[in-house]
Amino acid sequence: NISFHGGESPKGTLRVKMVLLGSSGVGKSSLALRFGKDEFRSTTPTVGCAYLTRVVHLSDVTLRFEIWDTAGQEKYHSVTPLYYRGAHAALLVYDISKRETFIRAQVWLKELEKQYTPGSTVMWLVGNKGDLAQDRQVSVQEGQALANDRDLSFTETSALAGDQVSELLIYKKAVLGLIESPDLTKETFGNKGPKFKDGPHIYH
Amino acid sequence: MERDNHQEGEAQGVKICDPPSERKPPDTLATSLSLLGNHMFPDPVERNNSTTDKEEPADLHLSDVTAQEQSLDAEPPSNQVKKLETEEAENSECQSNESAETTDRGAEDAADRVTEDAAAVDNDQSDSGEFVVTMLAKAKLEEQGIGVKGRSSPLLEAGTQESPAFMSHRDEDVTADSWRQHRKHVFVLSEAGKPIYSRYGSEEALSSTMGVMMALVSFVQSGDNIIRSVYSEQHTVVFLQKGPLVLVCVSSSRQSEQQLRGELLYVYYQIISMLTQASISRIFEHKKNYDLRRLLAGSEKILDGLLNLVDSDPSFLLAAIHCLPLASSLRDSLSQILQKAITPNLVFSILIAKNQLLTIVQEKTVIEDTRLEPADVHLLLNLIGASSAFQAGEIWTPICLPLFNPDCYFYAYISYLDPPECTVCLLLLSTDKEAFYAVAECKRKIEEAMVAQNSLSLIAKAQSYSVSQVGVSDLRHFMYKPFDVPDNYRQLSQFTSPEMEAPYSSEEEKMRLLDLYRYMHSRIHSTSRPLKLIYHVAERETLLAWVTSKFELYTCFSPLVTKACAITAITKLLRWIKKEEDRLFIRYPPKYSTTPNPSKSSRGGKSDQQDSTDNGFLSLL
Repeated sequence: NISFHGGESPKGTLRVKMVLLGSSGVGKSSLALRFGKDEFRSTTPTVGCAYLTRVVHLSDVTLRFEIWDTAGQEKYHSVTPLYYRGAHAALLVYDISKRETFIRAQVWLKELEKQYTPGSTVMWLVGNKGDLAQDRQVSVQEGQALANDRDLSFTETSALAGDQVSELLIYKKAVLGLIESPDLTKETFGNKGPKFKDGPHIYH
Repeated sequence: MERDNHQEGEAQGVKICDPPSERKPPDTLATSLSLLGNHMFPDPVERNNSTTDKEEPADLHLSDVTAQEQSLDAEPPSNQVKKLETEEAENSECQSNESAETTDRGAEDAADRVTEDAAAVDNDQSDSGEFVVTMLAKAKLEEQGIGVKGRSSPLLEAGTQESPAFMSHRDEDVTADSWRQHRKHVFVLSEAGKPIYSRYGSEEALSSTMGVMMALVSFVQSGDNIIRSVYSEQHTVVFLQKGPLVLVCVSSSRQSEQQLRGELLYVYYQIISMLTQASISRIFEHKKNYDLRRLLAGSEKILDGLLNLVDSDPSFLLAAIHCLPLASSLRDSLSQILQKAITPNLVFSILIAKNQLLTIVQEKTVIEDTRLEPADVHLLLNLIGASSAFQAGEIWTPICLPLFNPDCYFYAYISYLDPPECTVCLLLLSTDKEAFYAVAECKRKIEEAMVAQNSLSLIAKAQSYSVSQVGVSDLRHFMYKPFDVPDNYRQLSQFTSPEMEAPYSSEEEKMRLLDLYRYMHSRIHSTSRPLKLIYHVAERETLLAWVTSKFELYTCFSPLVTKACAITAITKLLRWIKKEEDRLFIRYPPKYSTTPNPSKSSRGGKSDQQDSTDNGFLSLL
């Protein structure tokens, strides 16, 4: 009963602030573009932060995803907190073909963990560029292990091929527990979204 | 976990980290490079001009344009200058033309030693130093109001040097002839000789070349002097030192040193616009051999784009804005739309189409204190033009306007209004980093109003004009820049110019015409002997440049034009511009006030819509 084009009128609209974090060149903007417009094109490095929205209609609720696609470049790091503050969901993106981006994602994780009281932000670890499997430097198991260890949800995606990207959105909604607790609807649902302990690991 | 220990250790590491003194390279290199002393001309502009002086009448008026000028054209002028100079330079072994570019073996080896030394120091302490420096830079950013308060970010320490993901000319073989043959090289390095940017080829591959450049700079410095330029048969090498950065241009374009230095300044400003002058100084104060590429990673394209624009767009040469011709009623209605969509701390609202300015609306109090410089607008236009990233959505980014204030950031909201074509771009600058939603709301209002007035389709019809509209035969192209008259001195410098049409349609021909303009410009603006009027008969066209207190004008005619014809044509042209000026220029930059009670300026009383003083150029004819 999940439809992206939704015919029935939704009960209310939820604002979901989602932030993409990770090294330069891991494909955050491409993922955001896939989310927002279901397109792929090669991009130039993001300047500052790009803001995109996508409205997803579900049977009983409309989700308005506000996607903050941050720049991975170091010169913007000091301003990144501007963008991830108050985020309901954070995607920590790395490039499966570049180990250092995986290490960097863990550093981002530490940073986020310092900023947030547990449970206020749902975090996903996302291994992007699944289409580059032949150059893989970070195994699925490693990603999964880190996610399990730190209580994150985990998936691998390919913004190029479009694999798992929409799924990520749908599952995110599930992770946010929205369907389970429709009371949280209306304009904002604050920072109290329940954390889905065993997030649906859509990668096996 | 280990990261914390890391930090402590590093912080200590830095205390003992004493970056190699900048004096060191010249000491070790002094002997092997002593010959290079001959390359330096403490004031080559003087020299340059004194040589050209000999070739032309002291007072050049339209009436007494001489044949000498024409003979000068037969041979490109800088050639003669060069010859004279090389004659003057006693030790002609220095004619290793591309000394700075490729260097002789000895110098290169020496430079290798220097860079190796630097590298050794770097390996020991680079992580630590960089971390601390970054933290300092961050602290500085916080001071300026854009950091997280009281949080140290371990992110800044993750030692992995991210390779820039997007390469352009970076893979070029720097030993190849094709590399040497580029018309204009630009290098940016730190005072420690560390490569920061090269227009062509990778900085790593050029580290020894840049080492030699720094050696030259330091060597001259050690004699309490400043190296400004090196002239060789085919190349002009221009140096510009700005704070801890050294910028070097190696050009075979025959542009004047002054122009090349102006271009280097643009490169410097573009770097400042991304990092601010204050943080760059702070970084290098604490670690002289900091690798600034870390902070510029991903921005190479913006610098590349700037240099391409500088070569192909006369806006930079004229230091003026080229706005898109638009019916004044449409421009006014667009300005009014911008004027109505405001929020506290908004200071500039800028509308751009096809990379040209449509209108700019300014916060009243801000603009009464400082004026927006064309160069700052050029940097913004370049940023938008050089990056496709803006097409994705709405952008919110810190940006510094170096001429407005080199040490602080504005927050820029950038969004295209006509996706997916992405030709009309809205740029809103705020001083409040938290203002994204408020500013985005302004965009919503602007968008609505533009839909209501059908503005987008009207803008889409706007285009540059053809010189044929002027109705003057023999006139092929022109550039006209009116000067601010006292009454509207708050106005942005602008110029107008038609499309380049046949015979200047191909890239080569366009560049050739621009080169002719650059030559005329360099003569007009020569520091030692400026000219007011030049009638220049070139091989395939005739040019006339004229500067008065009211305007600066460059015109290009077919080669068969007579002097009398050209004068008549210019009279007609000026009359045409006068008639069209409301369409060609932003006449009265509108203002708004975002503060409830705008402070009264001492200059108050000037109404926004007054000062219709015309530029009065016709009276000159």
